[in-house]
Amino acid sequence: MADASIPLIVSDIHKRFGDNEVLKGISLEARKGDVITLIGASGSGKSTFLRCMNLLERPDSGEITVHGEPISFRQTRHGREPADRGQLERIRTRLSMVFQSFNLWAHMTLIANVIEAPIHVRGVPKARAREQGMALLERVGLADRAHYYPAQLSGGQQQRGAIARALAMEPEVMLFDEPTSALDPELVGDVLRVMRELADEGRTMIVVTHEMDFARDVSNQVVYLHQGMVEEQGNPAEVLTHPRSPRLRQFLAPRGR
Amino acid sequence: MIDFQGYGPRLLEGALLTLELAVLSLLLAVVLGLLTASARLSRLAVLRLPAIVYTVIIRGVPDLVLMMLLFYGAQIGINAVTDMIYDRWGWDIFINVDPFVAGVITIGLIFGAYMAETFRGAFLAVDQGQVEAAESFGMSSWLLFRRIRFPLMMRHALPGLGNNWMVLLKTTALVSIIGLSDMVRVAAEATRATHQTFLFMIPVALGYLAITSVSEIVMQWLKKRYNAGFEETP
Repeated sequence: MADASIPLIVSDIHKRFGDNEVLKGISLEARKGDVITLIGASGSGKSTFLRCMNLLERPDSGEITVHGEPISFRQTRHGREPADRGQLERIRTRLSMVFQSFNLWAHMTLIANVIEAPIHVRGVPKARAREQGMALLERVGLADRAHYYPAQLSGGQQQRGAIARALAMEPEVMLFDEPTSALDPELVGDVLRVMRELADEGRTMIVVTHEMDFARDVSNQVVYLHQGMVEEQGNPAEVLTHPRSPRLRQFLAPRGR
Repeated sequence: MIDFQGYGPRLLEGALLTLELAVLSLLLAVVLGLLTASARLSRLAVLRLPAIVYTVIIRGVPDLVLMMLLFYGAQIGINAVTDMIYDRWGWDIFINVDPFVAGVITIGLIFGAYMAETFRGAFLAVDQGQVEAAESFGMSSWLLFRRIRFPLMMRHALPGLGNNWMVLLKTTALVSIIGLSDMVRVAAEATRATHQTFLFMIPVALGYLAITSVSEIVMQWLKKRYNAGFEETP
């Protein structure tokens, strides 16, 4: 049934907040090395969809399968909850998230942020975690900032630090939730460059973004969401240059391309 | 040297008792406060309701009344139970409520309710995004509490915590009514016998001041620790 070689399969996700149905049955399959960008107007449900994948939001229905292992749910009075806390935690370690507002832990230095989950969740020995953590900070160009606290870093540095923190989990899929939306324009470039490098080395990534250049140049699949449904999806060159849906055409138009 | 007319050693013992009582009560109050605050923030009504009842009752009744109720009331309750056991099975058990233990429990219970309010506000002030980040990396609830939520919360809780500790320390003077010889009770006895109020009460006042001054140093250290990362000093 479920193919274990596929890192992430999400099928028929529904989610409502009160009377408002935000997701009306969305599916997505991320194969190894896929870079999938989710685009759409605000309120289209793209962030909620992404947050359903690692269960920061609980989908009301639908399945999530990570490397052939479906997340098990049970119905409670408060709605549908993951049935097995241990399974949820294990699966979450394989899907790292990068947030719009960085969400680095403010009481820890940058390097402490990077090695926190590897040590305490994955059980990596401290010395090794530190070594790997420093290498990752080097990669994102922050080796000299390892002992700074998040509040002492610029937004762009914080986000690159957050990417290093996500990488430290050695995830199979990386989830990016509008990673550049909270940044000053001049800081966006550095973050996108790091993300481009990750894509080039074959990482599986799902990216919610407003950066159309990134979607066009880096991703191999674009999914356009409209009012909680997939309106159009496919190869970025096609979808972004010759959109079939009038809504997508309109969505892309004001950007002048 | 000042002549304490033979009361010196007992005053010192009283001071020690005050300190022990205060520290143990504080520990109990912090644990109760954390549990109650967590219960109040739970989405389960079975946890939320008792926590609300506890904080409302304790904060609405005078400490003195609570102390009497708990000390004498607990003894009456225990006696009723042991009597029942004797009537039914013929086992003769006698349990005496220890005033020190009763004191610690009462003061801990009272301040647990105040701590709960302090912690609740502090937990609510923690940035939810940082909690989500921890969840998204697969942290268990306990790990998340220990490594992320608690240290982030403490920064907001410390001022209230320090305040509660000062009031708690002074509330320990109430235990004299249940027969414990804390430093206030010893000094009061000595004053009655010798009519030298200043000779005994001023050292007592200085004793409290000494404890609060040391606490201030500890508070500064804690503040520094839990504020790390929040002041922009590279």
